[in-house]
Amino acid sequence: MAEQIPLVDYLRLGDEPHLVAHQCTSCGARFFDRRNGCASCGKDTFEVVDVPTTGEVKAFTIVSFAAPGVPVPYVAAVVDCGGTSVRANVINVEPDPEHVTLGMPVRLATELVGTDEQGTEAIGFGFEPVPGGA
Amino acid sequence: MASDDLWILGIHMTKFGKHPDQDLVDLASEAVTGALADGGVTMADMGVIGAGNLMAANAGIGQQLQKQLGQTGIPVYNVANACATGATALRVAAMAVKAGETDMGLAFGVEKLSGAGLLAGGSRKEASPTWEPSGRYGAVAPVDGRIGTEIMPGVFAQIGMEYGHRYGGTSFELFARISEKNHAHSTLNPLAAYSKRFTLEEIMGDLMIAYPNTRPMCSANCDGAAAAVVVSGAKLRTLSGEQQRRALKLSASVLTTDPWEESCQVLPDVNTLTRNAATQAYEQAGIGPSDLDLVELHDCFATAELVHYDNLMLCEQGGAVDFFNSGATWRDGSMPVNVSGGLESKGHPIAATGIANIWEVATHLRGEAGPRQIEGARVGLAHVIGLGSACGVHILEKAA
Repeated sequence: MAEQIPLVDYLRLGDEPHLVAHQCTSCGARFFDRRNGCASCGKDTFEVVDVPTTGEVKAFTIVSFAAPGVPVPYVAAVVDCGGTSVRANVINVEPDPEHVTLGMPVRLATELVGTDEQGTEAIGFGFEPVPGGA
Repeated sequence: MASDDLWILGIHMTKFGKHPDQDLVDLASEAVTGALADGGVTMADMGVIGAGNLMAANAGIGQQLQKQLGQTGIPVYNVANACATGATALRVAAMAVKAGETDMGLAFGVEKLSGAGLLAGGSRKEASPTWEPSGRYGAVAPVDGRIGTEIMPGVFAQIGMEYGHRYGGTSFELFARISEKNHAHSTLNPLAAYSKRFTLEEIMGDLMIAYPNTRPMCSANCDGAAAAVVVSGAKLRTLSGEQQRRALKLSASVLTTDPWEESCQVLPDVNTLTRNAATQAYEQAGIGPSDLDLVELHDCFATAELVHYDNLMLCEQGGAVDFFNSGATWRDGSMPVNVSGGLESKGHPIAATGIANIWEVATHLRGEAGPRQIEGARVGLAHVIGLGSACGVHILEKAA
């Protein structure tokens, strides 16, 4: 199996791919980026926590017009994963408002972004509809 | 007029649209010259300049303007604050006058955006030969389009959809109807970049950019400038009766940023800082939303206008859909919103917008808005949002 690298460092690959967040040990605020401090309370101690892999779509758009080289259409969304909001595409779905709806239950899924010259695969993520979940 | 009140003495906006023969300094000069003449003052009377331009923010537009209209040695503050740049420039002049550093200040905002496309969202370059994590997310490839969207029409589409998820009642057609209103309003505004009325079918059938925002539901990139002169109440008392009659009380001048909320670094929260700014503004002015005769709010996209009805407390919390459907925000409704045509048709030369919307309100309060005059207007509110985020809210009142 080819070497794999996650598209972003808050995606953890392996048998059960999942997202992780930096959680402020003082106030519980969660962030996905490298932190200098907490935007909520100003403290600077964080722990890495797992983010639930299921959630519901609380906002979405279907992008039909994008920068050169970005394939369209695609569904961009905010997914509420048990109280932690996650930015992601909704994937493995027809990109139209009949198939993507507010409140629809979704689950994390990974997909191949590309392979570099050394054969390493970059793996991205999105959320896909939960079968029978609608 | 109380000595420490702030007043708008003069104000001007250029026509918004394509100005291929005018550079930034030409456009800024036209707006500033117009505002000074409108106020019956000259550059020599100014004690401070707040200068706004976003796309060439490192070029010192304030000093460039001085080199054409008057190098009087006064302090210039060049500001850039996304789409709130113009409002920020005005805040600079207002703060300086309020602090007593000068009794008269100038603010202007100018932008050239004709022909600009999407203003955010990275183009997808060739992947590097080997994956190399970089940036705060350790990304090995561009994420726009792979992890959600960075384009503004898409970001604001989600902001409108999130409102729909929370309160219900939204639809593609509802958002398109908001755009229909603003384009209809624009037909009466000779300074609008676009003043063509569209049918609902035309709006919904136009090029889809980011569902539910089609092209006419997006703000129009264009060129333009606007400028204003701020004066203290004490100074205004020494000026002519005509100057005093046309001056407008700046009852509230507020700038906020977004306080941390869960999700605000995932999808920008344009709601909390707008509500905070509005709350402070109503308190400063000593009025409530029901006292307003007209509102110019930041309809950078049709989906944004809806949420700001709620954020500015023009309706009950959660009631923006019913409020719009009641017809309240059309120019003949109980709370006319964006009678200028809004950013969707008047245009959105970014740094000019935060003063241009104040010009629109001022022009109605002076009874000088011609065919689009809101009769008897005495109090109005102007709102802008810059993503990142910054929110400016100004309330103007007609002189008693």
